[in-house]
Amino acid sequence: MSDTTDQYAPSRATTEGRVFNLSGGDWDSVVGGLGEFHDDRLIVNMGPQHPSTHGVLRLVLELDGESVTDLRAVIGYLHTGIEKNTEFRTWTQGVTFLTRADYLAPLFNESAYCMGVEKLLGVEVPERAQLIRLILMEINRVSSHWVALATGGMEMGALTAMTNGLRARERCLDVLEMVTGLRMNHAFIRPGGIAQDLPDGAVEKMREWVTDIRGEIAGLRRLLAGQPIWIGRLKDVGWLGVEGCLSLGITGPMLRAAGLPWDLRKTEPYWGYETFDFDVPTQDGGDCWARFLVRLDEMDQSARIVEQAIERLEPGPIWVDDPKIAWPGQLSIGPDGMGTSLAHVQKIMNGSMESLIHHFKLVTEGFRVPPGQVYTAVESPRGELGAHVVSDGGTRPYRVHLREPSFVNLQSAAALSIGGMISDVIASVGSIDPVMGGVDR
Amino acid sequence: MTGPTERPVPEDSAPEQSAADMVGSTPAPESTIDRQVDSPYGTERRGMFGVAGSGDTTGFGGLVREPWTPPTAERPYGGYFDEIVDGLYEAYAQAEQAIQKVVVDRDELTLHIAREHLIGVATALRDDPSLRFELCVGVSGVDYLGSVHRLHSVVHLMSMTYRRRVRLEVSVSLEDPHLPSLTGLYPTADWQERETYDMFGIVYDGHPALTRILMPDDWDGHPQRKDYPLGGVPVQYKGATIPPPDERRAYK
Repeated sequence: MSDTTDQYAPSRATTEGRVFNLSGGDWDSVVGGLGEFHDDRLIVNMGPQHPSTHGVLRLVLELDGESVTDLRAVIGYLHTGIEKNTEFRTWTQGVTFLTRADYLAPLFNESAYCMGVEKLLGVEVPERAQLIRLILMEINRVSSHWVALATGGMEMGALTAMTNGLRARERCLDVLEMVTGLRMNHAFIRPGGIAQDLPDGAVEKMREWVTDIRGEIAGLRRLLAGQPIWIGRLKDVGWLGVEGCLSLGITGPMLRAAGLPWDLRKTEPYWGYETFDFDVPTQDGGDCWARFLVRLDEMDQSARIVEQAIERLEPGPIWVDDPKIAWPGQLSIGPDGMGTSLAHVQKIMNGSMESLIHHFKLVTEGFRVPPGQVYTAVESPRGELGAHVVSDGGTRPYRVHLREPSFVNLQSAAALSIGGMISDVIASVGSIDPVMGGVDR
Repeated sequence: MTGPTERPVPEDSAPEQSAADMVGSTPAPESTIDRQVDSPYGTERRGMFGVAGSGDTTGFGGLVREPWTPPTAERPYGGYFDEIVDGLYEAYAQAEQAIQKVVVDRDELTLHIAREHLIGVATALRDDPSLRFELCVGVSGVDYLGSVHRLHSVVHLMSMTYRRRVRLEVSVSLEDPHLPSLTGLYPTADWQERETYDMFGIVYDGHPALTRILMPDDWDGHPQRKDYPLGGVPVQYKGATIPPPDERRAYK
């Protein structure tokens, strides 16, 4: 075979020997043309635009036949400088950036960051705000797990899991949209409180959601839990034990599927989680199948938490009792869409000059946060989501770093995949449930 | 506004050197005075509105805010913090030289560690039965522009056995941004140290493959440093031009 004439397999000499770049063509004719080289190692570049690599994840696979002998994950394609950007906006505006990191769990990003800012400020939000945050987080956890199961199913060829899963996710997003105004990227949880109170009918909607989502979860269980192909694709695939998880820093459903009941909602409770009655589901398989079961069970537990939390909702303030931090005006729906409530506009424009100055100062300048650094963590759908927040005493964050569970957990892709089949790479990476927005930030 | 920092970063990260070797071959100890932690938070800020060169028309021009340095904590530190520090003194013989400063702030314990002792301290924290910090939660960096050892590598450790957290902070200077890698002890530090190298230019000696991870391989500079501009283009709106975010007038 000539090196230059085969348009499908141009080759070049490297220090490792002759390397052929294949980008198409009939496999048999291409390999036949390679002569004695076709036994050599094959390096396949999967992604960053491959539909089953969860967004812009690039995997460089070294193959021996269909077995994976090496795997390298290449990330950074979705790096948007979220952490750097927050350093140039006020503390409140920081939420708008961080919510876009892990875009399937935006309310968790907001929570971890706001918890950090509130710890730096030394304030605690009122109980009603805590409860609403907690309800929204649990609904968000369910919606995130639905995407994990739906896209994971789609990648395995279980298209009904995808259509059912995304339908169930829409039910979650409907509630989130009703409460926050947006399906994703809510920027609803703010340092010191939440953007606005629950609208009329929200509690009924949540109650309805609990019933609906339990039906959906049971439906998916019936669809997949006994499905022989699904079991065959997941069972004993992508094994990682507790030691492996701990040394690779893996938390969340992956760790619980290996058998360690580690959940920050139980081990370091925040915002009243210790007062709720719920279990931490675990499995001891440590494989993709165990992770699937843990996620299913966790959705049930989240529904349990929401069910209890809505019964405890009492009327009350949703911002800290400190006018130097709390947002001055409430939002409301007007004839021209959502905006600052008419009563507040009338007060600052016609009634009180001081209120106008106060509103202007707080909205444009923001508040100052006493200097120091804190690390706060919440249990996101993917594990420990931490925020390392540093303040220099100014109106803008000095440094915000998100300890993203997607980023940390994705390091296990090689450990899960090497030695397995190339088709199991898809199952393994899907069971990590990485969200590239969170990985790359 | 300064441009992207173009400083030569030594690339002698000696990948074949294992973590165990690092403990034995500690680099020549610098004088303790030199390595004192000077970690003020942020730079000195003058004025109120970020306007320069147009004279003081605001009345706030004389306002000076000093950078804040966290105070050294006094015994007892409170809570479980004393047990951690005592345990470290027991488990690591050179703890006296290793711990440069103890800070207790907002119910969190920060140990400022001399870099030549980082591996020893982390080994003791991980392996000693009274400490048991099994999980390395995260490695990240902070750039305290204005101080000598301005690049800080921050490690958060978690003890799952005792449900405790501790923060290790190692500060290095721009001219010598080297510290030992924790990958030999905690493999999870791999990507996180790569990210910190990528964003801050902190070089982790002994890391198996310290390359950029989020930015392209041929990128110049380290974007999270404080003297690296945010970038961005001015936006035109109805005839007016709004400068990019890092050039806008901003409250200080």
